Amino acid sequence: MTRRLDPRRAAIAVAAPALAIAFSLLVTALVLVSTGDPIVSTLEQVWAYGKQPRVIALSINQGVTYYLSALAVAIGFRMNLFNIGVDGQYRLAAFAAAVVGSSFELPKPLHLFVIILVAMLVGAMWAGIAAVLKVTRGVSEVISTIMLNAIATALIAFMLREVKVDVAGSNNIGTKPIGPSGAFPSIPLIPESPLNVYGFIVVAVLAGVAYTVVLGRTRFGFDLRATGRSESAAVASGVDVKRMVLISMLLSGAVAGLVGMPQLLGGDSRSYSLDFPAGLGFTGIAIALLGRNNAIGMAVSALLFSFLDASSIILDINDISKEIVLIMQGTIVLSVVIAYELVRRYSVVADQRRVSRELAEDPPAPREEVNA
Amino acid sequence: MVANDDVNIVVGRGTVHAIVGENGAGKSTLMKILYGMQRPDEGTISIDAKPVSFTSPGDAIQAGVGMMHQHFMLADNFTVLENVVLGSEPTHGVGGVLDFGAARRRIKEISDTYGLNVEPDVLVEELGVGDRQRVEILKVLYRGAKILILDEPTAVLVPQEVDELFDNLRELKGEGLTVLFISHKLDEVLEVADEITVIRRGTTVATVEPDQVTARQLAELMVGSELPTPETRESTVTDEEVLTVDAVSVRSADGRVLLADIAFTIHRGEVLGIAGVEGNGQAELVEAMVGMRPLAGGTIFLGAQDVTHWPTRRRREAGIAYIPGDRQRHALLLDAPLWENRILGHQTEDPNANGPWIDRAGARKDTARIVSQYDVRTPGIDVLASSLSGGNQQKLIVGREMSGDPKVLIAAHPTRGVDVGAQAAIWDHIRDARRAGLAVLLISADLDELIGLSDSLKVILRGRFVADVDPAHVTPEDLGAAMTGAGEVREA
Repeated sequence: MTRRLDPRRAAIAVAAPALAIAFSLLVTALVLVSTGDPIVSTLEQVWAYGKQPRVIALSINQGVTYYLSALAVAIGFRMNLFNIGVDGQYRLAAFAAAVVGSSFELPKPLHLFVIILVAMLVGAMWAGIAAVLKVTRGVSEVISTIMLNAIATALIAFMLREVKVDVAGSNNIGTKPIGPSGAFPSIPLIPESPLNVYGFIVVAVLAGVAYTVVLGRTRFGFDLRATGRSESAAVASGVDVKRMVLISMLLSGAVAGLVGMPQLLGGDSRSYSLDFPAGLGFTGIAIALLGRNNAIGMAVSALLFSFLDASSIILDINDISKEIVLIMQGTIVLSVVIAYELVRRYSVVADQRRVSRELAEDPPAPREEVNA
Repeated sequence: MVANDDVNIVVGRGTVHAIVGENGAGKSTLMKILYGMQRPDEGTISIDAKPVSFTSPGDAIQAGVGMMHQHFMLADNFTVLENVVLGSEPTHGVGGVLDFGAARRRIKEISDTYGLNVEPDVLVEELGVGDRQRVEILKVLYRGAKILILDEPTAVLVPQEVDELFDNLRELKGEGLTVLFISHKLDEVLEVADEITVIRRGTTVATVEPDQVTARQLAELMVGSELPTPETRESTVTDEEVLTVDAVSVRSADGRVLLADIAFTIHRGEVLGIAGVEGNGQAELVEAMVGMRPLAGGTIFLGAQDVTHWPTRRRREAGIAYIPGDRQRHALLLDAPLWENRILGHQTEDPNANGPWIDRAGARKDTARIVSQYDVRTPGIDVLASSLSGGNQQKLIVGREMSGDPKVLIAAHPTRGVDVGAQAAIWDHIRDARRAGLAVLLISADLDELIGLSDSLKVILRGRFVADVDPAHVTPEDLGAAMTGAGEVREA
């Protein structure tokens, strides 16, 4: 059942991200030198701050949202669809879920179920617009999802004014808070941490497992991957590509709908306010690239990114610009894309060589068998 | 001129030197090394007794080595002139303004010197296959090549065009250029080459002169054993209609007629061959049969069932097998392992699927069966499809499509790029399946294959059937003439 584990191939797969991270450390060090900041002590500070239980819990929470965002992007990537619209999809979904969820009370599991369902449906619907445009009019999903992001921003701002309530103790506005039955239970996962971990981590893990199983083990997943690898070959094999575009975009949007849920249902305010986190969809693209659309790879990448984010706060306190972390993340993504491509080319050539070498050493079966 | 550790070839200036060998014998690797696309592990290459070392095609071009690829690398929407200068555009000193005048003069000059007869200002999309090939040759010469490598240049040509190409090659040779010619078609090699080197499994086994050997001896040198004798022709045609096509027409998106009034019936156990110069509607015909292209009119019946409006998958499930003409684009996932390629096109069928799930174990086991039954030369079923040679990829595809007892096989160029040994094996597989009742629609540019395999033959020209030919009584020359619409062919 399992794929033959090829240690050489596994080493190659890990080499690329490792090289990229090493390279980005080098670039970060150069930037630090140029700004006259000490390299070693800066990294030490980040590490010391980052390994506190509270910061670890914070990293994990941030990682959960990053991971869901990366999953949403990866579903598209596996089919060669560039869903840049995860950002607009999750924000609109979270807003709609907040409005719907605060409008009634239900027993806890049911209430949560309805809220999450609304979020997934709205996310799918928003992505579905791009899918329909692509399928019927051939509009590139890159363009349409970018536009839909902008439209989502304006739409939310407009609708928020219609339903707004003032957020206590600030001049912020937001939706009416969801009742206590809509709170997703949190888990005291990290010992000695005053901060609990989002219970939504369970949903994220399940989503990752479902992603792996559906793509790797089902006919649907095979069709999807085949379309991503070669659309022309998929068509010839009987895949209805338009249908696949529609379904995978809807799925991607539905998962995008989950991205805002840990914050909305696991946070303290349980409302969508002006300061609801934005831009997670773009982080998701970076993480999907770094994690190579692999469920585990993306989990590791999401945690790396969220750890860097959470621990960068110490830099500001010590008068070092925390944007250094953004430089580091950017360099990682940029160099990992290049590294993967180099590794891919290398392994294709290496594979070809290996095949011809093994064939030369190992003569094929005698001809009589062939023509028998 | 050329030396290598296992491969030893000496090519004299002003000669046409052919290299023949089975799929995966190492021809392509050798060519890549000569053109700087791959570095040799050991050994040396010398040009004019001077050792050279190429790290990129740029180095090879510098040293006067030019490569003409199997697939044309031309931009359709550019003129010949623009295509030729692409990548080495001449400029007027400062500012980088293109100097087309000088380029045009050089192209004229080269064209006249070597008798290529190429017009610089024609759009490439208006050119036929033979003309495009001459543009490719010109492109290489324009970059100052003294040694030309031609990788299977005749694969896409009809006999008349092949003759023209060979005239061009003789012209080049006459002007002191050296030509390295790779081909599977042994009679062509015997016709044009001054010397022939045979490669088998990465080593040179012999260098012969064409008047010392027959095509058969050459083929036996290639495969290293005696060839199977061709089977005697016996008709297995029954009167049970399997694929009935009536009044089918296909239009392009802008309304151009691509196929008009296509009608034929294939019976159980019958092979219907379609002869024609490439680009006369064969690709559209194949795609219409498998449901990849909508019909503008007409009906397609599989047995008694109207499948005209069925999508591709349903047709495949109903027993239509499909060997596409362009294997890299339509038949393979190059980045996927062999066993996943076994599933492609048969995602819903045994042994690949189990309800909504992919049956990995079943697919893997059956891939192993295909690999051994069809002699796919590979170290295992986990290697990527891209690492197999073209012929071995094709064997895998043929094996896959012959699995699961298909009723109809739509085969476009089933042995293109496949060496003689494997070609004979594929033909045998098709003949066996035909005897067992398979109906085959065969499209091929290889006239011997068409004549040898078909029970009946139709000639297609500009999207219409223009002649019925009896394969038992037609020569390749007559058929070639009918394909170009030039000559009359005896009606069957």
